[in-house]
Amino acid sequence: MRKVVVLVTLALLWEGYARWLGNPLLFPTLTMTVAALISGFASGELPTAIGYTLQLLLKGYTAGVLLAGLFTALASASRIGADFLEMLTAMFNPLPSIALLPLALIWFGLGDGSVIFVLIHAVLWVVALNTFSGFKGVSPTLRMVGQNYGLSKAGFIARILIPAAFPSILAGLKIGWAFAWRTLIAAELVFGVSSGSGGLGWFIFEKKNQLLIPDVFAGLLTVILLGLLIENLVFGVIERRTVRRWGMQT
Amino acid sequence: MDPLLKVEGVTLQYSTNGQLTTATDRVSFEVERSERFVLLGPSGCGKSTLLKAVGGYTRPVEGQILLNGVKIAAPGPDRMLVFQELDQLLPWKTVQENVTFALTASGKMRAPEARERAAHYLAKVNLSDFTGSYPHTLSGGMKQRAAIARAMAMEPQILLMDEPFASLDALTRAKMQDDLLQLWEETKFTMLFVTHSIPEAIRVGHRIVLLTSHPGRVIAQVESSSSDAASIHRMLFGGEAHA
Repeated sequence: MRKVVVLVTLALLWEGYARWLGNPLLFPTLTMTVAALISGFASGELPTAIGYTLQLLLKGYTAGVLLAGLFTALASASRIGADFLEMLTAMFNPLPSIALLPLALIWFGLGDGSVIFVLIHAVLWVVALNTFSGFKGVSPTLRMVGQNYGLSKAGFIARILIPAAFPSILAGLKIGWAFAWRTLIAAELVFGVSSGSGGLGWFIFEKKNQLLIPDVFAGLLTVILLGLLIENLVFGVIERRTVRRWGMQT
Repeated sequence: MDPLLKVEGVTLQYSTNGQLTTATDRVSFEVERSERFVLLGPSGCGKSTLLKAVGGYTRPVEGQILLNGVKIAAPGPDRMLVFQELDQLLPWKTVQENVTFALTASGKMRAPEARERAAHYLAKVNLSDFTGSYPHTLSGGMKQRAAIARAMAMEPQILLMDEPFASLDALTRAKMQDDLLQLWEETKFTMLFVTHSIPEAIRVGHRIVLLTSHPGRVIAQVESSSSDAASIHRMLFGGEAHA
């Protein structure tokens, strides 16, 4: 209830300020933005952009998570592997993925390949690190319980280690998603000029060039709404069905 | 008939930070079928390590452990452990699923059969009303009862109990000891029980092996029916100890 009040207040402030300013090229009103949003959806331009962005995100995110699984397996298999993972994570985690984009453009050319490369970098390290530390944190008692059943090595990992480390793994996936989302929009903005079709970042960039500022605002609003939707719906539901139900929330 | 479990001259060592510690030194004892056998000693006598060796988690550097005449090499579902720790239930499974998972994961039986067996043993430990609960919603005593039901449902050759009641308050503890004896009356399982509590050892066991610490050596083996706490205390700590 209080949240609704805050939301309405913010909307009123926006509308009021924009009307007082009276310059839609700098700061369009909320009504204009909503109108742009509706027409963007009606024309199919926004849905296409959203679809493009999401499929790119899914590709990069999946690849990053799979690679993180591989890295974690290597790190778990040997001491030197663990040292490698910890060193690489320490080095690459502070590096914003978007900083790699210029290099990626030289290596992979103008296209989805470069964006996916940057997305993988955004997801890989944080997911690998969280999964690995999650495995390390599984209590010796639970390990012994699992061994007591005579499970195979693969069965032990899939049915004991992964669920036991799941709170940590999920936290990694969530942070990885947040990194990826921000990186993707930024990447699309930077090289939106390259291809005819593009995602949400490209939509914002293009509308700015055409000085359609209400559309720019509509694009930004879409980015916010999509982000909230995925965070609350996808991860919120997973959290409620797993770690919170199990009393394992960290 | 041969005894079920033979522990013959077992020396166990483990290393912490490169330092080798001898947990037990040439310990021998035998457990008969349907016997409640207790390992009693102060902390540091290697009784838990010994139990884990019977479980197959560590190997003796000397001597051997035989179950039905077969040398123990690895953990297996024919020896089920119940731990002291309250986090031994899998938190992502309900009480019932914890029991059925043990049965199906070890390949003992299929899901429908496992559910029946789980219901049977959970009823035995008075947890029938909590089969659908997740472990974090249970009290400490209920968690340990669920763990005991899980181990018993596997119908192992021998139950290995590593101070299962040590994390519980005194009242719950006494109740759990009674319940355990009641369960034994019903199913006559074989049990190797580790504790540092003299009254618990006398109450729970038929026979008790007394161990000294650093390293663990057998000082005596007594019948619990013909022993009292004071005499066991004297044997463990010598005449000079003030109880």
